[in-house]
Amino acid sequence: MARKVTTRRKTINTVFAWMIGLLIFFPILWTILTSFKTEAQAISDPPVFFFFDWTLENYAVVQERSDYMRFLWNSVILAGGSTVLGLIIAVPAAWSMAFVPSKRTKDILMWMLSTKMLPAVGVLYPIYLLFIKLGLLDTRIGLTIVLMLINLPIIVWMLYTYFKEIPGEILEAARMDGASLKEEILYILTPMAVPGIASTLLLNFILAWNEAFWTLNLTAAKAAPLTAFIASYSSPEGLFYAKLSAASTMAIAPILILGWFSQKQLVRGLTFGAVK
Amino acid sequence: MAFHYRALLGACAVAALCAPANAETITIATVNNGDMIRMQGLTDDFTAKTGHDVEWVTLEENVLRQRVTQDIATKGGQFDIMTIGMYETPIWGKQDWLVALDNLPDSYDTNDILPAMRGGLSVDGTLYAAPFYGESSMIMYRTDLMEKAGLEMPDAPTWEFVADAARKMTDKDNEIYGICLRGKAGWGENMAFLTAMSNSFGARWFDMDWKPQFDSPEWKQTIDFYLDLMNEAGPPGASTNGFNENLSLFQQGKCGMWIDATVAASFVTNPDESTVADKVGFALAPDNGLGKRSNWLWAWALAIPAGTQKQEAAMQFIEWATSEEYLDLVAEKEGWANVPPGTRTSLYENPEYAKVPFAKMTLDSINSADPTDPSVQEVPYVGVQFVAIPEFAGIATQTGQEFAAALAGQQTADEALSKAQTLTAEEMEAAGY
Repeated sequence: MARKVTTRRKTINTVFAWMIGLLIFFPILWTILTSFKTEAQAISDPPVFFFFDWTLENYAVVQERSDYMRFLWNSVILAGGSTVLGLIIAVPAAWSMAFVPSKRTKDILMWMLSTKMLPAVGVLYPIYLLFIKLGLLDTRIGLTIVLMLINLPIIVWMLYTYFKEIPGEILEAARMDGASLKEEILYILTPMAVPGIASTLLLNFILAWNEAFWTLNLTAAKAAPLTAFIASYSSPEGLFYAKLSAASTMAIAPILILGWFSQKQLVRGLTFGAVK
Repeated sequence: MAFHYRALLGACAVAALCAPANAETITIATVNNGDMIRMQGLTDDFTAKTGHDVEWVTLEENVLRQRVTQDIATKGGQFDIMTIGMYETPIWGKQDWLVALDNLPDSYDTNDILPAMRGGLSVDGTLYAAPFYGESSMIMYRTDLMEKAGLEMPDAPTWEFVADAARKMTDKDNEIYGICLRGKAGWGENMAFLTAMSNSFGARWFDMDWKPQFDSPEWKQTIDFYLDLMNEAGPPGASTNGFNENLSLFQQGKCGMWIDATVAASFVTNPDESTVADKVGFALAPDNGLGKRSNWLWAWALAIPAGTQKQEAAMQFIEWATSEEYLDLVAEKEGWANVPPGTRTSLYENPEYAKVPFAKMTLDSINSADPTDPSVQEVPYVGVQFVAIPEFAGIATQTGQEFAAALAGQQTADEALSKAQTLTAEEMEAAGY
C-alpha cells in the first residue's frame, strides 16, 4: 500500500530538491551571468547579480578572436567518434561477460577498472612519445583513440550491469529459434538494452566532451577541441573573467542543450535496473 | 615600351608563383596576455609582408610552460615558435634546444634591445630568444590615501618608509589595507616576490659553493619583515593572493600600495576597469640602502625550437614581431600606451612614448635590475627573482608552500626557513651540486 504523502511534506521535499538543484547549478549560472557583464562588473565587490547593464561585448570579442566553429567541430568529432568506437568494442565485450562468464570475468572487470585508478599524468610521457613516433600528435584520430581508451572501462562496466538485468532465457530462446550470434546481439539484446546503451552513449559523450587533460596535452592548432578554446582565455596577468566566462558558456552550451533534450533517456538509463 | 610591359608582367608572374611556393604556416605557442592578444590581431600585417600564415595556440601560463617544455624535451615538433620567459631561455639555450638568433639582419638592430633584457636572454653572449615585452616590478600606490596619511611617496623609497606608510594607510574597518603583496605559493608567485625582496635585504639563494642560504640572518630578516608587514597591514587571506587577486583588490580601492609587475600599471590606470584610475602613483620598488632594490626582471620572449622544419619563416616572424616597426604599428593602431614595453632603447627615446605616465618608471625599474648580478653578495647564478637552473622551479615551488603556510599562520617564520633550507639542500644534493 502506498504511503500517504501530505501536501506539506510534498512542499518541503520540492523546496529542498530545488535548493540542492540550484546549489549544483549555481557555478554554471554564475558563469553565464558573468559572461554578460563588463570586466569591471565581473570582479565588483559586492557582486552584482541580475541588475547590471547586460552586454554581448564579450561574445563579440571571443567570436572575433577565436575560430569557435573549428573548436566545436573538433569537440563533436572527438566526443562522438570516441563514444561510437567505444560502443562498438564494448557491446560484444559486455555481452560475453554478462552471458558467457568465465572464471576470470570478475577479475578482468576489476583489472579494466584499475586502469582508471592511475592518474593520467602518470602515463603522459609514454603516450606522448608514442604519439610522436606514430605521427599522431595534434590529430583527431589519435585523440579519438585515446579518449575511447580512457572511457572504455566505464562503457564496459555500464553495459555489463545493464546486460545483467536482461534474462538470459530470452537470448537462449532466440538461439533455439536459430538466431546467429550477430542476430542475437543486434536484434534481441540491443533493442532490449536501448535505454542502457543510450545513457551509456550520452554519459560517455559528456565525459569525452569535458576531458581536459589529454585534449590539452596532445593537441596544438589542428585538433584542439573546446577545452583548449576555454583554456586560451585563462590569463595569469589580467582580469578577463567576463571573456573567460563567455568562452566557457559557448563551450558548454551545446552539451547543456543536448543534456536538456535527452534528460529523460539519461535518467531512465541511469536508474535502469535499480528497482528489483 | 612594350618590352618593358612584358618584362614587368613576367616579373609579376614569377613573383606570384614564387610567393605561394615559399609560403609556410607556422604554429606559435603563446600566453593570453594583453600584448600577445594584440599581436594576434595584427598578424595580417606579417602575412601581407611575407606570405606566411600563422596558427596560434594560446594557453594559460602554467599549461604553456608544461606543454612547451614537454614538446622541446621530447622533440615533439608541434611548435615553430614558443613564447618562453627569462627563466627557460638560458637553460634551454645551453642545452642547444633553441636556434641561436645570431644572424639577424643589421636592420633589426639587436643592439637596440635593452641591455638587461639582452643579458637575461643570452648564453655566452649569444641571443636565444627575442624579447617581445619586458617587465620589472614597482610600487603602485593610492595618491589620495598617501596624502590622507600625511606622507609623500619618494621616487625611490626604502622598506622602512613603505612599512610605515602601509601601517598608516590601513583602515581595516573600511576594508582598506596598506599593502597588498603576493602570498600564493609558486616559484613565479610568492617566490618571485620574496626572492626579489630578499635581494634588497642582502640575502641570496646560494653561496658560491651552491650551498642554500635560508639559514642566513638576511633571509630571516626578509621573511620576518614580510610576515609582520602582511599581518599588520595586508588583506585577509593573503596566502592565496597572486597577481590577479591583488589586481582585483587594488582596482576596487582596497589596497594602499601594491608592489607587482609593471604591466599592471596599464590596468590600474584604465578607468573602464579600475575605480581608482585617477588616484594612482608609481615609485621604484623599495630598498634597504644596501645597493640593490627589490624589483624583478622578466621578459616574455619568442624563441625557435631546434627541431622546427620552418626555421626561416619562424625567424622572419620573430624579426617582424620584435622589431621597431612593430612597435610603430601597434602605436598607430592601438595608441602608444598599448605598445609592448621594456624591450627597445629607441622606444624610450621616442618623445611620444615618453608621454605615457608609467613609461619612465618602467624603464628605471628595468634598468635597476641586473640578472647577472642580482644580490648584494656574490652569487654563482643568473636571475633576479629566480635562479636559472632546471631544478629551481621545483625547489622554489616547495619553499613557496612553506612561506605561504607561514603567512597563513600555520607555522612560524623559523619553521618555514628551516624546512626551506632542508628541502633545498636535499634537492641540490640529489641534483649533484
